[in-house]
Amino acid sequence: MYDPRLSVIGERLSGVNKIIVVSSGKGGVGKSIIASTISLILARKGFKVGLLDLDFTSPTTHVVLGVRGIQPSEDKGIIPPTVHGVKYMSLIFYLGDQLAPLRGSELSNALLEVLSVTLWGSINFLIIDMPPGISDLMLDILKYVREARFLIVTSPSRMAFETVRKLLLLLKSLKAPVIGVIENMKMNKSEYVKREVEALGEKFLGEIHFDGKLEESLGSVSKLLETDFAREVEEVIQKILTHN
Amino acid sequence: MHEWALAEAVISSLKRVADREGLREIREVHLKVGELQQVDGEILLFALSQMRSGKLANTKFILKTSRARFKCRVCGHKWTLKEVKAPEEVRESIHFIPEAAYAYLRCPKCNSPDFEVSSGRGLWIASVRGVK
Repeated sequence: MYDPRLSVIGERLSGVNKIIVVSSGKGGVGKSIIASTISLILARKGFKVGLLDLDFTSPTTHVVLGVRGIQPSEDKGIIPPTVHGVKYMSLIFYLGDQLAPLRGSELSNALLEVLSVTLWGSINFLIIDMPPGISDLMLDILKYVREARFLIVTSPSRMAFETVRKLLLLLKSLKAPVIGVIENMKMNKSEYVKREVEALGEKFLGEIHFDGKLEESLGSVSKLLETDFAREVEEVIQKILTHN
Repeated sequence: MHEWALAEAVISSLKRVADREGLREIREVHLKVGELQQVDGEILLFALSQMRSGKLANTKFILKTSRARFKCRVCGHKWTLKEVKAPEEVRESIHFIPEAAYAYLRCPKCNSPDFEVSSGRGLWIASVRGVK
């Protein structure tokens, strides 16, 4: 028996110029808000952007974007709704407020389903918000989305970076392209993460400082884009656009 | 309309199969359609008939439904989709993303959300008959 979804994923992504997978070895380092903010800023710059939330069991990008009362449309597949200029796809459209406790094979099935039925059309960037860790979905992205380029997020914590180091080494061993590493929630002047990233031969894209006003901007894109956090994310984007 | 996306995936797969196996023509294809996804067979067959061309121009598609069966990973209880009473919007969600079932369904015996779909999920190409 053959699963026909495997043949169509490449076609579904054929109109996407660059796929940026925002990942980390640890949770709670700010992947989702960084992925969402990157998407919004790129859209503001005039790029055609898609944002795909693959954190199936704990999606949160809809909280950042304030997504409410909208659904994808259907026309020979699923067409993601446009949210603040970004084509947006998340399982929350199908799960609502329900928790979906998925095991590994079920996560893989959900990923294949989403990739094979979502019609992104022609876009410059597809930003993918990954669940934390190095498990099934990361392996599936490496297997099925060969054009993926990885943007790694860490916090200044040595605990977070310990997992990021393993992720970077895995990606390097698989020759998967890494755009660079962002150090988020910076609160001191330590150069530990920068030094370690560069020692691994990867690009350190910059620090994003802890922003006490960020939490109150969740759900309001206009407030979010006025934060110091967004300003620093934009500096990182500039580096990505210049060097990639 | 989701059936059209599935049909496109089937056609794309069959073209690859034909190339890989060196087939001049694909005459008959058996598809196994999982009941869980509640695919509309008529729409799927119509979409396939509209999309076939080249080596697939005369392909006959035969659909067989695979009953959706569940097994609880905690208490071992087994049940079928027919025993599940789900509102239309839940069935609609499961239609698009079958894993949505894990958000809405529970073991009817012990109420655990930890169950497996032992059969009846997704769409599969079960067999292909072609001419070299």
